[in-house]
Amino acid sequence: MTEWLNVVVQGVLTGGLYAMFAVGLSLIFGVMRLVNIAHGDLIVLAAYVSLMVTQALGVDPLTSLVLVVPIMALVGYALQRGLLNFTLGEDLLPPLLVTFGLSVIIQNGLLELFTADSRKLQAGAIEVLTAQLMPGVWVGYLPLVQFAVAILVIAALQVLFYKTALGRAFRATSDDQPVAQLMGLNTRHVFALAMALSLAVVAIAGVFLAVRSNFDPAIGPARLIFGFEAVIIGGLGNMWGTLAGGVILGVAQAIGAELDPGWQLLAGHIAFLVILALRPQGLFPKVSG
Amino acid sequence: MADPLLDVRGIDVFYGDFQALFGVSLRIETGEVVAVIGANGAGKSTLLRSIAGLMHPRRGEIRLAGASITHSPAFEVVRRGVALVPEGRRLFPSLTVEENLLIGAQLKRPGPWTLARVYDLFPALAARRRLPATALSGGQQQMAAIGRALMANPRLLLCDEISLGLAPIVVRDIYAQIPRIVAEGLSLVIVEQDIAQALKAAARAYCLQEGRVALHGATRELTRETISAAYFGV
Repeated sequence: MTEWLNVVVQGVLTGGLYAMFAVGLSLIFGVMRLVNIAHGDLIVLAAYVSLMVTQALGVDPLTSLVLVVPIMALVGYALQRGLLNFTLGEDLLPPLLVTFGLSVIIQNGLLELFTADSRKLQAGAIEVLTAQLMPGVWVGYLPLVQFAVAILVIAALQVLFYKTALGRAFRATSDDQPVAQLMGLNTRHVFALAMALSLAVVAIAGVFLAVRSNFDPAIGPARLIFGFEAVIIGGLGNMWGTLAGGVILGVAQAIGAELDPGWQLLAGHIAFLVILALRPQGLFPKVSG
Repeated sequence: MADPLLDVRGIDVFYGDFQALFGVSLRIETGEVVAVIGANGAGKSTLLRSIAGLMHPRRGEIRLAGASITHSPAFEVVRRGVALVPEGRRLFPSLTVEENLLIGAQLKRPGPWTLARVYDLFPALAARRRLPATALSGGQQQMAAIGRALMANPRLLLCDEISLGLAPIVVRDIYAQIPRIVAEGLSLVIVEQDIAQALKAAARAYCLQEGRVALHGATRELTRETISAAYFGV
């Protein structure tokens, strides 16, 4: 019994990471209807940026976030202003194609620079520290911290979206671009800020990913799929729903892995497909208004 | 002679290959209320969209207080003091009433208009400030759209079809507030298909017909006959 409880708890904590993959994705889609196919590769890029920072400065990965988050945010702003803004319009296809191309470029660029070797970020003692939740159920500090950070990130985004002038600008631009411009919002700048914010979250997700498991230049697309699945399970436009979506995906994968290590990914996809079939709008679709 | 607040000089505006405005000129002095009337498709909304910077003329010039805004993007034009109340209200549906008003204020242009002043002008909005904009009646939405534009503290306010789809009594209530708005020293352009209301509020009027200025002059000197001739082109 406690064995299964353990499995579920680990799955829940992994779900926090998936939710972090997902919120950046849904933020961009929400504000500018852009489906960012390169999202997973940007997560991996953030992991490599952190790798470089940790090697150059000798700091631990979590400290490296102080640099990685602003670097990725700048990358996001520049990417949006310099490239993606030109793809936006009535047609959803151009941004899809361009970000797909970007995904290929990032993967191959990383392959050239860092080879296909698996890497991992070393976070030191925190990686092996555990706490006993109840008899027989142990959790690592690192997954706990990661889950707490996921909750903090989502709470912070929620506050930013619904309580600040920037969030108002995001929502207004998402509603009606021409009128947002009439009200003095430079929508190209607003989009770039949204992408900067998305990649700031990507930076956090990338570092946690790289501390928890091995990574190499090719693992981005699978993270993109996990992100998509978490968004769709939770219901588009609902950030707490996205957290629930990530948790469901994480738990399904953990249960699958427990039954047979080969079933981990399959179990996650099956959970996703079942929910998509039964509730295509997701479990917690955004309530209007 | 001092520059007029707004000086539109012979603009030609196109939608792709289709020409919507042909050499349209218009002048507005500070503190003036001007009506732009005309039938459906005469080019009234196109004129306002061009002034506001959502469209750009292929030929001609638009000057605000002497400086060209011909090719300025909309977010720049509003920064310089031109606010448009768009046709059909176009409030932001996912924002509350108050958030819609605050969007207008985020440029922080100095001026008389604040949340409190807008709520004083349209008390119906104050009671509904926390509601989503979609929960308002048509008339209240129009008040919110005007309030949102006022929050930008414009020198020139452009109102596109305020009365569209509203009950006559609601239209009268909204027009009753125009003197209070103008009293703050801004200039106002009213575009209407329903000409009676617009002509009553305005001192001067331009009548557009098929993209050209067919008639302009002081409203008290315009007769019914000259207006209908300019309006329908008969």
